[in-house]
Amino acid sequence: MEMQLEQTERGVWVFVEHRKGEIAGVVLELLNEGRRLAKQLGEPLACILLGSSVVHLSSDLMEYGADEVYVADVPEFDTYRDDLYADALEYLIETYRPKIVLIGGTSNGRSLAPRVATKLKTGLTADCTEFDLDDEGNLLQTRPAFGGNLMATIRCPKHRPQMATVRPKVFTEAKRETGRAGKEILVELPELNPWMEILEVVDEDAVGPNLAEADIVVAGGRGVGGPENFQLVEELAKALGGAVAASRAVVDAGWINYSHQVGQTGRTVAPKLYVACGISGAIQHLVGMQSAETIVAINQDPDAPIFSIATYGLVGDVKEIIPALIKAIKS
Amino acid sequence: MHIVVCIKQVPDPSQARIDRETGLVIREGVDKIINPYDLYALEESLRLKEAHDGQVTALSMGPPSAEDVLKDAVAMGVDHGVLLSGRDFAGADTLATSYALALAVQKLESVDLIICGKQAADGDTAQVGPGLAANLDRPHVTEVRKIRHIEEDKMVVERLTDTGYEVIRLSLPAVITVVKEINEPRIPGLRGMMRAKKAQIPAWDAEYIGADPQRLGLKGSPTRVWRTFEPTRHGQGEMLRGTAGEQAVLLWEKLRGRL
Ligand SMILES: Cc1cc2nc3c(=O)[nH]c(=O)nc-3n(C[C@H](O)[C@H](O)[C@H](O)COP(=O)(O)OP(=O)(O)OC[C@H]3O[C@@H](n4cnc5c(N)ncnc54)[C@H](O)[C@@H]3O)c2cc1C
Ligand SMILES: Nc1ncnc2c1ncn2[C@@H]1O[C@H](COP(=O)(O)O)[C@@H](O)[C@H]1O
Repeated sequence: MEMQLEQTERGVWVFVEHRKGEIAGVVLELLNEGRRLAKQLGEPLACILLGSSVVHLSSDLMEYGADEVYVADVPEFDTYRDDLYADALEYLIETYRPKIVLIGGTSNGRSLAPRVATKLKTGLTADCTEFDLDDEGNLLQTRPAFGGNLMATIRCPKHRPQMATVRPKVFTEAKRETGRAGKEILVELPELNPWMEILEVVDEDAVGPNLAEADIVVAGGRGVGGPENFQLVEELAKALGGAVAASRAVVDAGWINYSHQVGQTGRTVAPKLYVACGISGAIQHLVGMQSAETIVAINQDPDAPIFSIATYGLVGDVKEIIPALIKAIKS
Repeated sequence: MHIVVCIKQVPDPSQARIDRETGLVIREGVDKIINPYDLYALEESLRLKEAHDGQVTALSMGPPSAEDVLKDAVAMGVDHGVLLSGRDFAGADTLATSYALALAVQKLESVDLIICGKQAADGDTAQVGPGLAANLDRPHVTEVRKIRHIEEDKMVVERLTDTGYEVIRLSLPAVITVVKEINEPRIPGLRGMMRAKKAQIPAWDAEYIGADPQRLGLKGSPTRVWRTFEPTRHGQGEMLRGTAGEQAVLLWEKLRGRL
């Protein structure tokens, strides 16, 4: 299906995810990277804002770098929902024809983007960590594959828009420029066709900050010794201002719930700092965290595989090292 | 009720190696396994079948060797396996894959629910489930951690989110993708293994499912791998020395500057 490119497509779009009236961190990261691409193309940077009573966010988005903000403010968009959000985004893309669409690689973004890309019969690259433009202005989209063992650069040369989800925490957030203005476009949507009802949205008392968006992650493995000792991991996370994670062995043992599991059958995280306490470093765990910028491993076995990817390795008992580390941090 | 489970054969991720010269994944000599997440999809379909008196079809697109994962599925208890195979399908990205799977689902009789794994261990894209739903013009919910119940033409599920979970009621037919938390997959018993040995797995080609060859495989894939390379490693890490207390202090000195 090679369609003729008319090159009428213009602009870089950022999909605005928001929660409880606040713009998600990943959106500010996308605005920074989107700004850079838009500048290189000499085209505008626009935001797509879908929600209920969210119009006030559009001036914030302009201060963070958006030249244009397309707003659809309707009561049905009260909470994020795949069916209506996907229909609306598909409609807006078809109507206004952007060249590039960037969506945060959050749980919502990873659900929304493929539905929209499929409807538009265009390409979508998942969890990008780097962007560039080639000589013809095609987006070069780099992403980890095979659990981070391989990097691949993907192009979508013959279809528009070029769509990508972007891993949170990879790009730095855009800086706010107070007073920066842009154009607000209030859009009318065609009649929407609901397929689902959101009965309940539950925020679980996560231990510490949200794992997907944390700069610092402290993870505990079976080597921590037991559910009582797992508190040590939580205390260290608190001292560092980080989120708590765990290996599968710990989740299976029931010391902490599944939403904290990192690895092949859990979450993928790429924080600035990952501290692995009593984790052996099985490949299934490594694929979920090896893209972290700095990795600290604490393990009593000097031959544990985790040390092969660690920036700093500490050999010893977590029950001694963690309290000493907390003391050092607090002093 | 008729449930379709989509399963993919992937190279065993624990054996993943990269050819340093070409930067490509080495596929030779690497075991092929069923995508780990798809075991949860299979198990959930079997539980629904047992509770609601239904039938389950496992569907896979891949080379002839993918028959193995369909036999595994039969061993676990699914009623039928269907393999989508042929030269036209080769080199498909997620758009071409979900198009082909959607046509195969339409070829099956009155399907109520399609279950996929959260993502495949080779590409990690998590796109095929939502893409399949879009092709079928039906709703989807990703990262389902629990099916609460099924009512007539609707079901209620819990979806894992970045901050907790959501409870969603959606119309059937629908596509869901499932996470590990949803169940504990069963180990096939002897009877199942025997059944799998004898099972005939029909192979469907592009013509049989009525596909437009231009929308299949590499031809139907808008995305192209431009280059692959090995990620930059952290370099040789540094092992700290000393007692527990000394190492802790040393580490904090090093980290403090970076944070
Ligand atoms: C299909 C599949 C999917 C999987 N998915 C995942 C996944 O998503 N995430 C995941 O994590 N795993 C996953 N696994 C499991 C993975 O293979 C490992 O079994 C698991 O990661 C091991 O967890 P662990 O490192 O906590 O435990 P162990 O391997 O038991 O390691 C414990 C470590 O702690 C050290 N230790 C013990 N006592 C102390 C002490 N007092 N002080 C310091 N160190 C100590 C030991 O030396 C050892 O290295 C998966 C496996 C399979 C087959
Ligand atoms: N070739 C395939 N054949 C059957 N199912 C597939 C195939 N590719 C992907 N899937 C399904 O889609 C899910 C997500 O895959 P992916 O989008 O590739 O990460 C998998 O867990 C499978 O359930």
